This record gives sequence, structure tokens and C-alpha cells, in this order.
Amino acid sequence: MKQPVTYTLYHPKWYRRPMSTYWWTKRWRYLRFILRELSSISVAWTVILLLLLINSMGDEAMYAGYLDWLQSPWLVVLNAFALVFLLFHTVTWFNLAPRAMAVRLRGKRLPDWAVAAPNFIAWAVLSAGVVWFVLKGV
Amino acid sequence: MARRSIEPLLWSLFSAGGVVSAFFMPVLIFLFGIAFPLGLIEAPGFQSISELIKHPITRLVLMVVCIFPLFHWAHRFRFTLYDGLQIKHLNEVIAVVCYGGALFGTVLAGYLLWNIG
Repeated sequence: MKQPVTYTLYHPKWYRRPMSTYWWTKRWRYLRFILRELSSISVAWTVILLLLLINSMGDEAMYAGYLDWLQSPWLVVLNAFALVFLLFHTVTWFNLAPRAMAVRLRGKRLPDWAVAAPNFIAWAVLSAGVVWFVLKGV
Repeated sequence: MARRSIEPLLWSLFSAGGVVSAFFMPVLIFLFGIAFPLGLIEAPGFQSISELIKHPITRLVLMVVCIFPLFHWAHRFRFTLYDGLQIKHLNEVIAVVCYGGALFGTVLAGYLLWNIG
């Protein structure tokens, strides 16, 4: 018995269930993922703040104007949000380290916290260094 | 020969930017965005901060802290738009806006850091 065979020019498309645009609101895990990805906006915003700071180094008045501008309440609120997102980014980023590499010591795999910990220590040291240099100058 | 993909390079920039922003950005936004405006800590005077920023090493550090995080943003934001909003058909436009924005920021950072004061 012979079946009639039809050939199509292209590979057929499998049926895929359409996904809602708001799929990421369905579960806390998904929402957390999107919020983590959105932390990149805070990163870009911080770069903008830095560029404005560098730009204000022209003279004393420009720097005073920059500090003055930073005092506007809406900006403080915005920056507080940005800080939360940046902390979220930092913590999730450092906690990825043990997922990205399995460190072995004498044949035994180091626990996750031991791989992530040095990141957090380095973070504390670098942050303290930044505070020191910004406040005390060179 | 197959055309080389630029994706690994973009991912490396994303990754480097992720590290740099994880280390440096929380403290920076805390100082300039919250602590100084609210008067929790007194902001450094112009003399002190301009000397710091004009220092060659600081300029180099600032260059790194601006450029890599910009590409980090570009890459991550691009895929957030793809996945979150499912607008894959705008592929080219989004990529141009994201990486173009990062390139623009890179040039701007270079220009500003070169011509301080």
C-alpha cells in the first residue's frame, strides 16, 4: 500500500501556544527575573550621573549646580529605587559565580557560599576604597 | 567559512560590565544620589573632588566604570525587551538603539574625561 507523499518547500512550523505578553507577572520567579534584568536601567542611569559629575568639573559653580540638582526630591527618590535595583544586581551577580564555575579543592567541590564569599568581601573593600577616595581626595 | 558571530564579544562586554557595576555602582549611587543630597555625609569640596577626578588613574577607572556598564545595559536591556515584551520582530531597531546608545555613551565619556576642567 502506498501513501501519497506531499513535500513542502519549507520545514513546517510547529504549533506553539501563544504566550501572553505579561507572562512575567504570572509567577514571582518570573517577575524576579524581569526585575533583575531591569536593573540594567539603573546601571545606565548611574553612568549618566557619573558623566554629569565629570561634566560639572568645569568650575566651582557647575559642581555646586550639580550637587544642587541632586537635591531635588524626585531625584533622591529615583536614586533610592536605583540603589535597591543595583544592590539586587550585585547580590544576584555574585551569587551566580558558584553556578558559573565549580571550584574544587583537594578533589572536593567547594560549597556555593565559599565561592561567592570572596566577591562580597572584595565588594566591601572596594566600596570602602571608593568612599575613602571620594571623601578624602588624593 | 562561516561568518563569525559578534554575539560572544557582546556577551563578554555584558559580563565585564556586570562585574564592574556590581562592584562600583551601589556605593556611587549611595554617595551621590542619597548621602550627599540628604546631608548624611558632607559632599567633598570642589577642589578635592576635581583633583581626584582629574587624576589619570581616576580617569582610567571612570572610563572603565562608564564603558563596560553601558554595554552591560545595552545587552541586558535588549534581551529584556525581546523576552519581556516579545518584540523579536523589532530585532534590528532594538539592537541599533541599545548598542548605538552604548557606543554614543562611550564616545561621550571619552570626550568628557579627556577635556575635564
